[in-house]
Amino acid sequence: MDDDNKQSALGRIGFWVGIVLFLIFTLFPLYWVLRMSLVSSDALFEKPSFGTIFSIPFDMSGKCNLFGLKFSCPPSYQTVLADDLYKDGLLNSLIIAGITTIVCLVVGSAAAYALARIEFVARKPVLSAVLAISFFPAVAIIAPLFIQFQSFGLLNTYWAAIIPDVMFALPLTVYLLVAYFRQLPADLEDAAKVDGANVWQAFYRVTIPLSAPGVVTTGLLTFIFAWNEFLFANTFLLEPKVQPATVIIPQFASIYTVDYGAQAAAALLMTVPLVIMVLFFQRRIVAGLTAGAVK
Amino acid sequence: MGVASERLPGGKAKPGRLSGAWGSVRSEFNDPEKRTAYWMILPTTLIVLLVAAWPILYAVWLSLQRILPNTTEWVWFDNYAQMFADPVFYSALSNTFFFTVISVFFEFTLGLSIALALNKSFRGQGTARAIAIVPWAFPTVVSGAMWRLFYQDEVGIFAALASGLGYEGVILANDASVLIGAIVSDVWKTTPFVALLLLAGLQTIPGDVYEAARVDGATKWQQFTRVTLPLLKPAILVALLFRTLDAWRVYDLFWSMSDRQLDSLSTYVFEFVRVSQADFSIGNAAAVFVFVSSIVIAFVFVKVLGVRQEA
Repeated sequence: MDDDNKQSALGRIGFWVGIVLFLIFTLFPLYWVLRMSLVSSDALFEKPSFGTIFSIPFDMSGKCNLFGLKFSCPPSYQTVLADDLYKDGLLNSLIIAGITTIVCLVVGSAAAYALARIEFVARKPVLSAVLAISFFPAVAIIAPLFIQFQSFGLLNTYWAAIIPDVMFALPLTVYLLVAYFRQLPADLEDAAKVDGANVWQAFYRVTIPLSAPGVVTTGLLTFIFAWNEFLFANTFLLEPKVQPATVIIPQFASIYTVDYGAQAAAALLMTVPLVIMVLFFQRRIVAGLTAGAVK
Repeated sequence: MGVASERLPGGKAKPGRLSGAWGSVRSEFNDPEKRTAYWMILPTTLIVLLVAAWPILYAVWLSLQRILPNTTEWVWFDNYAQMFADPVFYSALSNTFFFTVISVFFEFTLGLSIALALNKSFRGQGTARAIAIVPWAFPTVVSGAMWRLFYQDEVGIFAALASGLGYEGVILANDASVLIGAIVSDVWKTTPFVALLLLAGLQTIPGDVYEAARVDGATKWQQFTRVTLPLLKPAILVALLFRTLDAWRVYDLFWSMSDRQLDSLSTYVFEFVRVSQADFSIGNAAAVFVFVSSIVIAFVFVKVLGVRQEA
């Protein structure tokens, strides 16, 4: 803001020290868990020192098999990629988060359009209610939902996770989409309406295609939200064959008790795809997530 | 949608009739566009009512009964009395309280410092901001599992550091150290996000306000306390509200940090619901307690500190 020459040398040094400390604090744990997953177990048990901390003694003696593709890899990755529990967990996560995202986008985009574009009496109360829901403690409703899911026979099915996930992700979806839809000038929709389109047609023929980047970002954030969800899955999904990866990961501490490298690899593998997508859409995500704070 | 037709029926037409709210909603059903709006919000409203409003009312109802496999007895507040007599509940409450206060304190102070630094223009600013979003993308259980590995006494980097400093032994040896470990993990995961929220707030402060303050002879510190902080107040309160309520319902992190299960309010509820499925009456009371205490926290932020969320 004001990098004038009055700024003292001491201030500049302090500034850069702060930035460097921030980067170390953020990145070093990531580097370290990556290193843990790449090295042999001998190297893992070596006491780290300043001399060795930034060298990675790669161990590529493992044989990975991914979708029939065989390649050599660190043994930790061989272990987790051969683990059916983990692979099923990833697939279950994909199914649960995928369906949650689709439902949220379909249901939420219609609501967001009405809330962003149409003046009606219920608009304000509904917006406030949607916002209030995002502060709702999930644990407060697990007992009633447990009873209901039990009587509907939904326990141990994907729906037991998807239904509450949708409810908790919807506020985020609606809120972000309202912000994106509002950024769009209303002229184009008005033009479509002059040409005889009704509200629905203006919505899905004009608004949705034009705000596609916003819809994609919202979908990604909803997906991450559902992918990271743990409480509902851990409560309603008791059988390993339907549990998502978030429920499997904490179990690894007792399954692979001393194979710390495998634990590190499992933690990274389920996160790296998200991190790559987040970095790719970084600007839009930051803008979307922080919209609520500056409005 | 013509501007005229938009203003006419809705607006400030009918104040203070008896059937006020419903009447004005009802009258809107005659306008095709507004009628469509109600259809559009219907699925979202139904989901919120069925999966949030109904279960919470059901939880309150259940919390006033003792439910055993064969009998159900109406006991009024007896479950609450039993909960408040349970020492485990108090350790869950104090763990949750200290976790919330300490982690939110560090996330806010560190987050504000980072936001102030990132608000200056410097080489690599964009990269630094991109990096800040990375820990946020980590699932909480994964972040917990990761930090658990760092604290591990055979291969953990903290154990290595500690032995370098002359301490040999287990790092997460007692509840207090598990709590500190969980706080460090949470601060790692969430501080950058708080920083980004506050940074977004800082960027709405126009530069000429600082210019004016400088002309009036304000020092850097005065600019910070008299200009930055007051103008940043809305963003600060939203960030604090977000983080406080999020920390108050901590669950995933305590679950994945350690085998030595540290109780939070949420794990306390969970244990009744999942582990002792035969009798989760006290769990229902605790669930209602978490819900009500969250409302109280939100109320304090909104009414006392004045968080405003404009729709």
